Amino acid sequence: MITEHLPALQVVLPLLAAPICILLRRPGLCWALATLVSWLSLAVTVALLLQVQDSGVISYHLGGWEPPWGIEYRVDLANAFVLLIVTVISAVVLPFARTSVGAEIPREKAYLFYSMYLLCFAGLLGIAITGDAFNVFVFLEISSLSSYVLISLGKDRRALTAAYQYLIMGTIGATFYLIGVGLLYAMTGTLNMADLAERIPAVADTRTVHAAFAFLLIGIALKAAIFPLHLWLPNAYCYAPSVVTAFLAATATKVSIYVLLRVIFTVFGSFYGFNVLEFDLILAVLAAAAMVVASTVAIFQTNVKRLLAYSSVAQIGYMVLGISLGSVVGLTGGIVHLFNHAMMKGGLFLAMGCVFYRLGSTQIHDMAGLARVMPWTMAAFVIGGLSLIGVPLTTGFISKWILVQAALEDGIWWAAVLVVFSSLLAVAYVWRVVEAAYFQPRPEAAIPVGEAPLAMLIPTWILILANLYFGVDTSVTVGVARQAAEALVGAVP
Amino acid sequence: MNPETAVWLALAVPLVGAVPIALTGWSPNLRETITLVTATLLFVIVASLVPEVLAGARPEVTLIEILPGLPIRLEVEPLGMIFGAVASFLWIVNSIYSIGYMRGHNEGHQTRFYVCFALALGGTIGVAFAGNMLTLFIFYEVLTLSTYPLVTHKGDRKSVMAGRTYLGILLSTSIGIQLLAVIWTWVAAGTLDFTPGGILAGKVEGPAVGLLLFLYIYGIGKAALMPAHRWLPAAMVAPTPVSALLHAVAVVKAGVFSVIKVVVYIFGLDHLNASENTDWLLYAAGATILIASVIALRQDNLKRRLAYSTVSQLSYIVLGAILATRWGIVGGGLHLVMHAFGKITLFFCAGAIMVASHKTEISQMRGIGRTMPLTTFAFLIGSLSIIGLPPFGGMWGKWYLLLGSLEAGQLAMVAVLILSTILNIMYLLPIAFHGFFSKPDKAADAADGQQQEGGIREAPIPCLIAISVTSLGCFALFFFSEPAFELLLQIVTP
Repeated sequence: MITEHLPALQVVLPLLAAPICILLRRPGLCWALATLVSWLSLAVTVALLLQVQDSGVISYHLGGWEPPWGIEYRVDLANAFVLLIVTVISAVVLPFARTSVGAEIPREKAYLFYSMYLLCFAGLLGIAITGDAFNVFVFLEISSLSSYVLISLGKDRRALTAAYQYLIMGTIGATFYLIGVGLLYAMTGTLNMADLAERIPAVADTRTVHAAFAFLLIGIALKAAIFPLHLWLPNAYCYAPSVVTAFLAATATKVSIYVLLRVIFTVFGSFYGFNVLEFDLILAVLAAAAMVVASTVAIFQTNVKRLLAYSSVAQIGYMVLGISLGSVVGLTGGIVHLFNHAMMKGGLFLAMGCVFYRLGSTQIHDMAGLARVMPWTMAAFVIGGLSLIGVPLTTGFISKWILVQAALEDGIWWAAVLVVFSSLLAVAYVWRVVEAAYFQPRPEAAIPVGEAPLAMLIPTWILILANLYFGVDTSVTVGVARQAAEALVGAVP
Repeated sequence: MNPETAVWLALAVPLVGAVPIALTGWSPNLRETITLVTATLLFVIVASLVPEVLAGARPEVTLIEILPGLPIRLEVEPLGMIFGAVASFLWIVNSIYSIGYMRGHNEGHQTRFYVCFALALGGTIGVAFAGNMLTLFIFYEVLTLSTYPLVTHKGDRKSVMAGRTYLGILLSTSIGIQLLAVIWTWVAAGTLDFTPGGILAGKVEGPAVGLLLFLYIYGIGKAALMPAHRWLPAAMVAPTPVSALLHAVAVVKAGVFSVIKVVVYIFGLDHLNASENTDWLLYAAGATILIASVIALRQDNLKRRLAYSTVSQLSYIVLGAILATRWGIVGGGLHLVMHAFGKITLFFCAGAIMVASHKTEISQMRGIGRTMPLTTFAFLIGSLSIIGLPPFGGMWGKWYLLLGSLEAGQLAMVAVLILSTILNIMYLLPIAFHGFFSKPDKAADAADGQQQEGGIREAPIPCLIAISVTSLGCFALFFFSEPAFELLLQIVTP
C-alpha cells in the first residue's frame, strides 16, 4: 500500500525530481516538474497530517530496519505541521517562480535553479520528518548547500558575498550541530531521538552532555538566525532571487526553529534544558533583544527586502520567546507563529518579487508613488504589513495574543510589554514603505511600469488572503499547534 | 424583523454597502444615492432595535469563535443602543452635508472618501454593539484604519504628517497599552464578555485595579485624555465632514463609549468604588477638561478650536465614567449624545463657512453673520448647547454630571465643571457674537481677494439642510431625551 510509504515519499519525491531537472534542461519542463512535485508533496503532507490526527504518531522504518539501528521517520503533530508549512509555501511559490525566475535568472541556468530548489525543498522536508539526530544533519547539509547556490544566483553581484557569508556561518552551525550529535553518540551510543531521550537522563550530569547541549543549541541557533547569530540573514535575503527569498524566509528558519523544539523538548526534555541548565532565561533575553533591536534596525533600512529580513529576525524572536516560556500556551504561540509568520513573510516577499519584476529594485525611494501604478501589489503589501504589526483579524494578531497571554500567565510582564512594543516598531517600518508608495509622487524620470502579471499576483494574494483567513478562523492553525505543544510538553519526564 | 437578524444586519449593511459605493465611482450621483440609501437603511435597522432594548431585550449574535472562548460576539445593550442610534442617524445627515461640501469644495478622490466613510461606520456599529472586549477591540482598530485614508485625504505633506500622528498615537495606545489590558483581563477573569456588574471582582484586587484602569483609560486613545490627545487636533486636516462625523462623533465617541463600557461591564461600579486608587484618574480627566479649554481659547483656526473643545468635552464623559456613580454614568451617557449633536453642528458650520467664503480663521469671521445668517445662527445654537444652557440638550449631560460629582462627594470636580462652562462661553460665544454684531474687516477681506457685496451667500443647500437638522436636534433633545435617559437608567439600576 502506498499510504504506508507516505513518509518516505515526502522526501524521496523532490529528491528524485532534482536530478531529473538536470536531464530535462528546458526551463518550462523543469518548472512544470517542480510545481507538480510541490503539489504532490502537499497532498502527501495533508494525508500524513490527517493520518496523525486520526491515529497518532507514525513511525516509518526506512528500508525496514528497526530503530534505533535503522533510520526512523517519525511524524507527529509538531512536524506534520512544519511539513505543512513547507509544502504549502512551496506549492504557492512555484507558480510564481515561472515569471519571476524567467526575469531574474539567465535562461541557461534556470534548470540548475529548479534542481537546487527541489534539493533544498527535499532537505527541509527531510529535517522535519526524520526522527534521527544524525539524519537531521544530513538533510540540514542538503538544504543548506543548495540554498547557498540558490542565493548566489541573485542578479546583484553582492549575492555572491552574501551566499559566501551564509556558507561560512551555516557551515559553522552545521558543524556545531554535528559535534553535539557526536558527543551525545559517544555518551549514549544512539542517534535515534526517541532513544536518546531515554538514555540521556542516566548521563545527564556529565560535562560531555552539557557540552553537547551547548553545541547543539548554538549550531541550531545559527541556522535559525536567533539573535545575535542572525548576521548572515539580512544580506542573504536581500540579494537572493525573489522566489528564493520568499521560500527561504517562509520555511528555512521555521524548520530550524522546529529542530530547536525537538532538541529541547524531545531529546533533552524541557526540564533538563530549562530547569537544570536554566537555558530558558537565555532564550527569553535573546528573544527580547531580537524583537527590539532587529525591529529598530529594520526602521532604518532603505531596501525593503532588507527591511523585511530584519523584521524576520525580530519575528523569530517571537517564536523563541514562546519556546522559552516552556508552557503549553507559550509553545502554542511559538508554533502557531511559525505558520502565521510563513504566511505573512511569504506574502510580503512575493509582493516584493512583483515590485522587483517591474522596477528591478526594491529600494524605498524607487518605490515612491508606486501604489498608483501597482495598486494590487501595494495593497497586498499593506495587508501583509498589517499582519506583521498584528492588527486584529490578521494572523499576526492571533500569534501576539497567544504569546502575550502566555507571558502574562507566567507573570513575565516585561516580555508581554516587549511583544507589544516590538509590534509598534513594526508600525514604523511598515508605514515608511506605505507612505512612500502612497503619498510620494512618482519621480519624473521613473520608467513607466504597470501592475505585475497575474501569474505573480495570484500566488501573492493567496498568501495574503491566508493572513486574513487564518486571522479569523484559527481552528486549524491554533488547534493543531496546541495539540502539538501538548504533545511536546507532555514528553517531559 | 427579528432582533438578532437586525443586529448582524446593522453591522453588515455599511460594510457591504461600501462595495457598490466603490463600484459606482464613475457616476457621482449614483454613488451618493447608494451612500444615502445605505445610511438610511442602517438607521432604520438600528432604530428598529430601540423598542426591543427599551423593553429589556438584549439581542445577541455570535459570529465566529476566533480562539477557544473568544468569539466575535455582538450584543446590544442600552449604552450601545444609544451610541449606535446617534452615529447611524448622524451618518444620514452627514452624507447629505458631504454631498454639498465635497462638490462645493471640489475635493478629489471622492469615491475613496465615501467608501472609507461606510467602512468607518461599520467599525462604529461594531464598537457600539460589541458583546465582549475582544470584539470591541477589533472594531476599534477597524475604525482607526478605515479613517486613516480620510485624515490623509489631501495627500500633501501636511496631511501625511498629521496621518503619522493620528495613526501613531491611536495604534500605539491601542496595540501597546489597551491590548495588554485586554489580555490581562482575559488571563485574570477567563472571560471578556461584557457582564452587568463587571467580571473582575475577586479576580483583580488592590492596587492592580488602579493599574488596569490606567491601562484601559490611556489605552483607549480615542478618548483623547491628555497627553494622548494630539491625534485629534492633527486629524483636523481632513475634509470637514470627516471632522464633523468622525472626529466629533464616531471615532471620539467610540473612545469614551469604550471607557464607559469598561467601567460598567468589565470593572463594575461597585468594584471600582471599593478600590481606592482610582481617584487620580479623575484629576487627569479634570485637568484635561481645563487645559484643553484654555488651549482652545488660544486657537485662531476654527477647526482647531473646535478640536480642543472636543478634547475637553470628551473628558467630561471620562470623568462621568470614573466617578462610577449612578448619575455619573447617566450624565456621561447623555453627554455623549448631546455633545454629538452640538459639536457636529459646529463643525458643519465651520465647513459651510469654508466652502462659502473660504475662511478658516476665527479672526476673519467678523461680520460673517451678515452674509451667512443661517449658518451663524446654527453655530450659536450649537455653542449654547455645548455650553449647557437651556433650552438645549447639552444641559442634561452637564446636569447629571454635576449630580454625579456631588453624589461621589467630589467637590473639586464640581468646581472643574463650573469653571469649564465659563471657559466654554469664552471660547465659543464670541465667534457667533462677532459674526452678528461686528463689522466685517474690510481690509482683511480685500487682502484675501474677497468681494464683500453685502448680499447673502450661504453654503450649498445640502449643507444647510444638514445644519438645520442637527441644530434643531440640539433643541429637540432638550425636550425629548426621555428614551436615552430610560436606557441609561437600565444600566445603572441593577
